[in-house]
Amino acid sequence: MAAAAGRSRLWAPMYSQKELTSKKRDEFEDILEERRQSSDLRYAMKCYTPVIYKGLSACKPSAIKDSVLQSEQLQYVIKQLSKEMGESTDIIQEEAIEILDEMGHNLHIGAIRFFAFSLSKIFKRLFQKVCVNEEGIQKLQQAIQEHPVVLLPSHRSYIDFLMLSYLFYTYDLALPVIAAGMDFLGMKIVGELLRRSGAFFIRRTFGGNRLYWAVFAEYVKTMLRNGYAPIEFFLEGTRSRTAKTLTPKFGLLSIVMEPFFKREVFDTYLVPISISYERILEESLYAYELLGVPKPKESTSGLLKARKILSDNFGSIHVYFGQPVSLRTLASGRIDRCPYRLVPRHLPQRLSEDIQDFVTDVAYKMELLQIENMVLSPWVLIASVLLQNLPAIDFELLVEKTLWLKGLTQAFGGFLEWPDNLCANKAVTSSLALHSNIVSLVNGQVVLNDVGMEDGATEDLVFKQALSILMCGAYRNQLLNVFVRPSLVAVALQMTQSFRKEEIYSCFNFLRDIFFDEFIFFPGIALKDFEEGCFLLTKCDVIQVTPQEILVTEKGNSVAAFLAALFRPFMEGYQIISRYLSKETKEAFTEKQFILGIRNFAFQLLETGSTQCYEVLSSDLQKNALAAFVRLDIVRRMKTTNGFTYTVNKEALNKTAEMFDSPIPIRKLVTARL
Amino acid sequence: MPGAPISACSASRPPQRVTSHPAAQHGSAMAAAAEAAAGSGPGSQPPAQRRLRILSGHLQGSPASRAPEAERFLSPSQCRAGGAAEQPVASTIPKKRQEILKWNGWGYNDSKFIFNKKGQAEFTGKRYRLSGMVLPVLKEWMEKTLGASLEHKITSRAFLNTSDVPPSIVNEEFLQDLRATKISYSQEAEDRVFRAHGHCLHEIFVLREGMFKRIPDIVIWPGCHDDVVKIVELACKHNLCIIPFGGGTSVSSALECPADERRTIVSLDTSQMLGESGYCTGHEPDSMEFSSLGGWVATRASGMKKNIYGNIEDLVVHIKMVTPRGVIEKSCQVPRMSTGPDIHHFIMGSEGTLGVVTEVTIKIRPIPEYQKYGSVVFPNFERGVACLREIAKQRCAPASIRLVDNAQFQFGHALKPQVASIFTSFLDGLKKFYITKFKGFDPNELCVATLLFEGDREKVLQHEKQVYDIAAKFGGLAAGEDNGQRGYMLTFVIAYLRDLGLDYYVIGESFETSVPWDRVIDLCRNVKERIVRECKEKGVQFAPFSTCRVTQTYDAGACVYFYFAFNYRGISDPIHVYEQIETAAREEILANGGSLSHHHGVGKLRKQWMKESISDVGLGMLKSVKEYVDPNNIFGNRNLL
Repeated sequence: MAAAAGRSRLWAPMYSQKELTSKKRDEFEDILEERRQSSDLRYAMKCYTPVIYKGLSACKPSAIKDSVLQSEQLQYVIKQLSKEMGESTDIIQEEAIEILDEMGHNLHIGAIRFFAFSLSKIFKRLFQKVCVNEEGIQKLQQAIQEHPVVLLPSHRSYIDFLMLSYLFYTYDLALPVIAAGMDFLGMKIVGELLRRSGAFFIRRTFGGNRLYWAVFAEYVKTMLRNGYAPIEFFLEGTRSRTAKTLTPKFGLLSIVMEPFFKREVFDTYLVPISISYERILEESLYAYELLGVPKPKESTSGLLKARKILSDNFGSIHVYFGQPVSLRTLASGRIDRCPYRLVPRHLPQRLSEDIQDFVTDVAYKMELLQIENMVLSPWVLIASVLLQNLPAIDFELLVEKTLWLKGLTQAFGGFLEWPDNLCANKAVTSSLALHSNIVSLVNGQVVLNDVGMEDGATEDLVFKQALSILMCGAYRNQLLNVFVRPSLVAVALQMTQSFRKEEIYSCFNFLRDIFFDEFIFFPGIALKDFEEGCFLLTKCDVIQVTPQEILVTEKGNSVAAFLAALFRPFMEGYQIISRYLSKETKEAFTEKQFILGIRNFAFQLLETGSTQCYEVLSSDLQKNALAAFVRLDIVRRMKTTNGFTYTVNKEALNKTAEMFDSPIPIRKLVTARL
Repeated sequence: MPGAPISACSASRPPQRVTSHPAAQHGSAMAAAAEAAAGSGPGSQPPAQRRLRILSGHLQGSPASRAPEAERFLSPSQCRAGGAAEQPVASTIPKKRQEILKWNGWGYNDSKFIFNKKGQAEFTGKRYRLSGMVLPVLKEWMEKTLGASLEHKITSRAFLNTSDVPPSIVNEEFLQDLRATKISYSQEAEDRVFRAHGHCLHEIFVLREGMFKRIPDIVIWPGCHDDVVKIVELACKHNLCIIPFGGGTSVSSALECPADERRTIVSLDTSQMLGESGYCTGHEPDSMEFSSLGGWVATRASGMKKNIYGNIEDLVVHIKMVTPRGVIEKSCQVPRMSTGPDIHHFIMGSEGTLGVVTEVTIKIRPIPEYQKYGSVVFPNFERGVACLREIAKQRCAPASIRLVDNAQFQFGHALKPQVASIFTSFLDGLKKFYITKFKGFDPNELCVATLLFEGDREKVLQHEKQVYDIAAKFGGLAAGEDNGQRGYMLTFVIAYLRDLGLDYYVIGESFETSVPWDRVIDLCRNVKERIVRECKEKGVQFAPFSTCRVTQTYDAGACVYFYFAFNYRGISDPIHVYEQIETAAREEILANGGSLSHHHGVGKLRKQWMKESISDVGLGMLKSVKEYVDPNNIFGNRNLL
């Protein structure tokens, strides 16, 4: 593929294979320790003088709003719209003001102190520890003074941005302004409080509304250019219900990169932040959501009801601030000349293809960095082992296997935080205790609990089983992005039953294509991914690689089997979905119909016991599969007046199904470089 | 004065025109325009008179006399050194340039910065306003800003070692033909080395410490247009390479001989071709004392007062150029004509690649009766730029208006001469107090616009008020004539200062660009920051001096001028490091939407960016012109394309 080849030259400087041998990472400090020892009130009233950007022109939030409204950029769009719609500019200007008011943050020290106080109280009750790498904070502090900073945290919980702002306050850093979903505005007092602590609100969808887009983009860029405060948003776009990193969204990222492209700023720092929870606050909510029970709308009263979780223990949080990445360095050699040179800078311009590719690559790179620095708890390992040994596993065996998996994870470059000096036995016991809502120890056997609705509504067995498996799966999932490359090699070995490198690679490539929405792969470098997978497996003595062949070693068999099994839910899930598509659907369908259909189909299979793959019930997996099928032209997507409809391309589908099922060589790829 | 004055163009005072005879020296020599440097403080004498001198230097002279003997030419006028204050008009650049000009640095032999016995900086000679003065704070500035120290000195070798100089290889048949024309020439090492370079940093560095790989084999001084025609014919006949030379003030490596040129290289020095006149063009590039009219044309030069008089393309009425294909010129001397693309635009900016300009007719203007300097202090650079933009928009820019950033403002102060009276220093203190304490300007943020008004007295005063009124709207405070005047002085002595720096491990250079108004601030900030960052990355141990000024204003944008210098102690290959940083700075300029050059030209230094600057087709057009005009590449300096 010419395009792919062209692309592959470009990523080279950007994607450097990470050092796979025990990467040096910073030490963590527990910030709650001090909170437990001194007055929260005094802490909330402490002298707060954050370091600021060297080029900052100090201004109030209202001044920012004014300069947004008066900006040439926005005025231009307003004039355009007025011409097109035949309305007076005043009316559109009014509209813009409304949008801005709805959106705008209103950073206020009082609100911050209020939060500092109440969050201290809440966090201390919820969490045992909040661990932060202070070296990362120091680097960030440096970065904030040099250039505008964009914070890119992972998103697993609502706690994420509260926690970040809290940390920034604690470490005397300028509080970030945060792009938050509009749903929070529904929460009466909390919405306003959030706004005053720096959140600005964006509608979830506004693709078609040019005025909204213009106001929003200009608002973000103005804050960035002025160096007003670090800007924070979530590349993943929404909380990941599965704890797997979601594929990145590019809209906001391209907005914050634009001032650099236009050279309105010298550079911009992107800071990947990995926030990992030993136990996720919303764990059961997510599982319900994935099974199609709609999530409750955010409301203040809902929050109050959630009070009772305050009595629960949610273990530790680890926040890792990655090394700030200079956008200029990323762009150098790639986007040295911008197409913006020939157009006045205030005119809105479509991004060129080069720049779009660049934005995409940066987004993936940042997510890969998030993954790299994401702390894995022992429980993640336990959950992975447990899910392969249902319905029950002997405690001693579980400990043994967990310990074994610990070694493997570290060899693969996973960032494990093993509780200080705890022997494996104790570590596992305390993890089991922390997650006693999901697992319990019965007669020396570890089993999954039946998780039921709190109100005790009767449900059938499949649903209950699925709930606990999905909850457990959300922890296993944290391991997957670290394991995906070697594992897919293992899966490919299993599928092809072949030794020939070429065949294995083409199977790997097929899997990578299919799972591109499921796991995070840097675009366009399948071969490198393959090599990395092989390298890791070789390192662990699982395989031996010769120029033509890949051979599984004797003692590697069990490892390979484990690795393949780790991804079996996805393999099976996609198989079931493709079976469903080929058998059940004839007409065009909508996404909703698809999800309902597949759910019923899967329920039947599970009830009859013809599959054990409960995870196919996850709407996340279902949507990803649909997206993958659309991407690979197995399903065609058409736009209609109210959304999209889909039709199946049976021929292509059959081919894919065959590939899933048969060990026959897939397709001949040119793999000259192998 | 040949060429009757024709009343033409503008408003009430019709400019007059003079055909300056040969006048021109061609020069790929360019530099010309180069604000790059140059001496002559515009100061001590009535400016009008001074300008007249300079002009007459360029235009006046014995009409290309028929007897081209060396001695003759030395005599009369052709005073290229017009700026020289105390010198009579007769001051001139002789064929033996080294007799009055430095061979390894900028400007006149008698003018240079030194540290006297007390360790104070002093400017020697008598030519400039600053000459003979002591500059008590310069040393401290150098120490503080550049980390230079008087203890670490590195001196240039004192004499040119002629045994190092590549031998002159000239074919005997050509020499015979040349002798027959009676045109004067020289094969002496010193003459040839002098014409092997311009004033780029690396060229000066080579002069101080090394030797050029390739230099001209022979220097020829034509006396008139016909001489040039003969030389070009001979060059075609014997297949030689001609490199025209004007003032030698190039800052684009334009005079550098291509190292792999196998043919005999002829340096065609036009400095002895003279015209006659007695008027004023108003074209005042900073290198004015040394650069030449032909060079101005060949590089698309720009002068400080272009707001009144225009850039070279606005001044030129008629050009005559000798090319290998023949002589090119228009048939009449008219203000404008619609006869297809203007052929002058093939010549202006051709940088010596097409031929030699032998005659130029330019517009001249009566000498203005009144001249006044001024200055405005702004709280910061952003406000200053906004003000200049507004002034440009209202089209009321004075003859010159420049906005220097804070670093350059402080640099200017380092050049303050010793204050004679207590009263003056008291006044200075008071002014400083008023601006920083009373008005609350941050002394590390504020910046200054320097102004120069010209015209009749009443209009100047009126104009001045208008400009100050606009400035006030942008928070500007009038800051007196003295600050303004010193700002202009800086541009004339900066090149002398570089020589001083070179003695103390400090290397520096200037470069320029033009940029649309909305990008001026971002470009200035980014380029300066890039320089600082690159220095750090390349292991420069001291913070660099990197500063800029908005030096020209236009309707659609501005010309921005950068100075950049650093202390290279501890670096083994300073020139290479310097070049890398300059390249990075140029990349930064281009990325910020700036141009490749506003007036320094392309030469060989900036050739690598030509294609992206003017597109493939554009470059092809220029190449096809070259192909037609000079198929055998007689004018083989390899500039531009």
